[in-house]
Amino acid sequence: MPEQLAFALEVTANGLMAGVLYALVALGFVLIYKASGIFNYAQGVMALFAALTLAGIMDGQVPFSHLINAVFGTDVHHFGWNVPAFLAILLTMVVMIALAYAVQRLVFRHLVGQEPIILFMATIGLAYFLEGVGDLMWGSDIKSMDVGLPQGINMWIDETTFEALGYGFFIDNLDIVASIIAALLVIGLVMFAQYTKQGRAMRAVADDHQAALSVGVSLNFIWILVWSLAGFVALVAGIMWGTKSGVQFSLSLIALKALPVLMLGGFTSIPGAIVGGLIIGVGEKLFEFLIGAPFLGGATENWFAYMLALIFLVFRPQGLFGEKIIERV
Amino acid sequence: MLYRESGDFSSSYAEDSQTFPIKFDRYRYYFVLFIAIAVIPFMINDYWVNSLFLPFLIYAIAAIGLNILVGYCGQVSLGTGGFMAVGAYACYKLMTSFPDVSMLVHVLLSGLVTAAVGVLFGLPSLRIKGFYLAVATLAAQFFLVWLFNRVPWFYNYSASGQISAPERTFLGINITGANTQAWATYLFCLMFVIFSAYVARNLTRGSVGRKWMAIRDMDIAAEIIGVNPLRAKLTAFAVSSFFIGISGALFFAIYLGAVEVGEVFGIQKSFLVLFMIIIGGLGSIFGSFAGAAFLVLLPVVLKIVGVDWLGWPTDIVAHLQLVIVGGLIIVFLIAEPHGLAQLWRVAKEKLRLWPFPH
Repeated sequence: MPEQLAFALEVTANGLMAGVLYALVALGFVLIYKASGIFNYAQGVMALFAALTLAGIMDGQVPFSHLINAVFGTDVHHFGWNVPAFLAILLTMVVMIALAYAVQRLVFRHLVGQEPIILFMATIGLAYFLEGVGDLMWGSDIKSMDVGLPQGINMWIDETTFEALGYGFFIDNLDIVASIIAALLVIGLVMFAQYTKQGRAMRAVADDHQAALSVGVSLNFIWILVWSLAGFVALVAGIMWGTKSGVQFSLSLIALKALPVLMLGGFTSIPGAIVGGLIIGVGEKLFEFLIGAPFLGGATENWFAYMLALIFLVFRPQGLFGEKIIERV
Repeated sequence: MLYRESGDFSSSYAEDSQTFPIKFDRYRYYFVLFIAIAVIPFMINDYWVNSLFLPFLIYAIAAIGLNILVGYCGQVSLGTGGFMAVGAYACYKLMTSFPDVSMLVHVLLSGLVTAAVGVLFGLPSLRIKGFYLAVATLAAQFFLVWLFNRVPWFYNYSASGQISAPERTFLGINITGANTQAWATYLFCLMFVIFSAYVARNLTRGSVGRKWMAIRDMDIAAEIIGVNPLRAKLTAFAVSSFFIGISGALFFAIYLGAVEVGEVFGIQKSFLVLFMIIIGGLGSIFGSFAGAAFLVLLPVVLKIVGVDWLGWPTDIVAHLQLVIVGGLIIVFLIAEPHGLAQLWRVAKEKLRLWPFPH
């Protein structure tokens, strides 16, 4: 049985790592939702878009080259240079900030005061739009992403666990790095929200738009800031997932993984996103290992998180850490 | 002038409460029905039916179903694809188990099966609201697709994991399988469209529909004035899933013939139908038709313009289509949150005054 136990432990460890990545995406949702009440379905596509842009810039691709070639009959595709990772990340961040500005200016400024569900549907539209633009800009082929993050099995953990348990754990270096970066990111965001002027303004907006407006906080600026932050989080998530499994369409589906995390943790809580991410990450891996693969024919990861969240919500509708929903007529 | 509401006097309650109380509307409706039933079947061939009419009719049923849930009852659902899959698989199991029974019965029964499943997944809506509910319905989407993929009983243990429709008849005419006539499949689907639109229209303007709308506008207030939220929400889920199930069954049996569940009834389908009712107009039966027509026509038109006229590669046109659909959703939500149906209402308003506007 220790063999089985060791397996389960390994699965748990991997689940925790996956959970951190889910939490990373969920974080982007929470940021926007708290500050503007918009449930941003496009977060996953933003991660894809950021990863595509980063890969495209690093590779020196000409944006919209397919479209240009088709319209003008030319044959351009590459500038012929390679941009170093650090510079490319900066450039991508500039693109994401420009995107945040455009989204705020062109879309959500016109939708102020609409019902939340209308805003949600607008973000679904945005997701389609961005996906199309991303594909048009950089082509839809699968790109590899290499910004110098370590990859492959961590030998130290492998050897240590082999000596201790007689069975070496397979844990990817990338997952460890991702967890550390995610932890740093969360600490950074919390510090930003607690100790800087803009961060405080952001929390004020999250608390009450009108009150914040009346003490002189610029809503427009804060919303652009929040969308840029979400773009930054999306970029980080895009780099992690892109390095892990290549930059391709399926990357945008991580948004779907993040949704149950949000439901579990509550839409308005940053700690909730993290705890929810860990619970879902471990839960779905363990469920697949213990029940899904042996008894149900596998691939239960697709729906387990949703079912867990659904059952959980029936008993606690606002999630683990969400604000209590008070309804009045 | 062109659109006149005056001079139309009703002399009985029945006349006063008919679906189209204005003569002009009524005759327009009869005219459309006449064209749809008696003209189009003689003019269409396989290409027209398969690329335009069948998808339009079938999506219209799904859009009506979803509109009842989202537009009238205010419960946002992203599980449409999953419920359509229930309809399709129920229809498949019925078709293969009872080969001699008419297709009409099979399709209606698959609607009922889907209604039952819909009620089951609608139960959490009593506790969960808003976004939480929208995400919770995704559980239905993913779970149902997984179920039909993994449990061999549903696809009769076929090697490919696909389901394909055997030849079945309605009134002795082949409407599924390889040997079908364009007009027969068209009329069979049209029958269900008329049925759904009729039922939906009359439900939504009766007491059931008013309860749904009360729940949509504010469920707590509705509860206080005596609407039972349990019954209102669950009937909305049941009726909505019934129509979605019918459309799923038709989509599989009549339109596609063979289905791989993850591909056909994935989450993209849920979004597609949701987009239809947003573009068409939430809370409007006409809007469901308009939205379905719009999103069925758009790819066809884009393909003709982009690929055939301009000679662009198909992948670029496909990407452009994403951009256009996404952009249109946003434009519609900003400019006209009530969709194409509202444009029609505005047009009527203008026609009423034409040619002497204020």
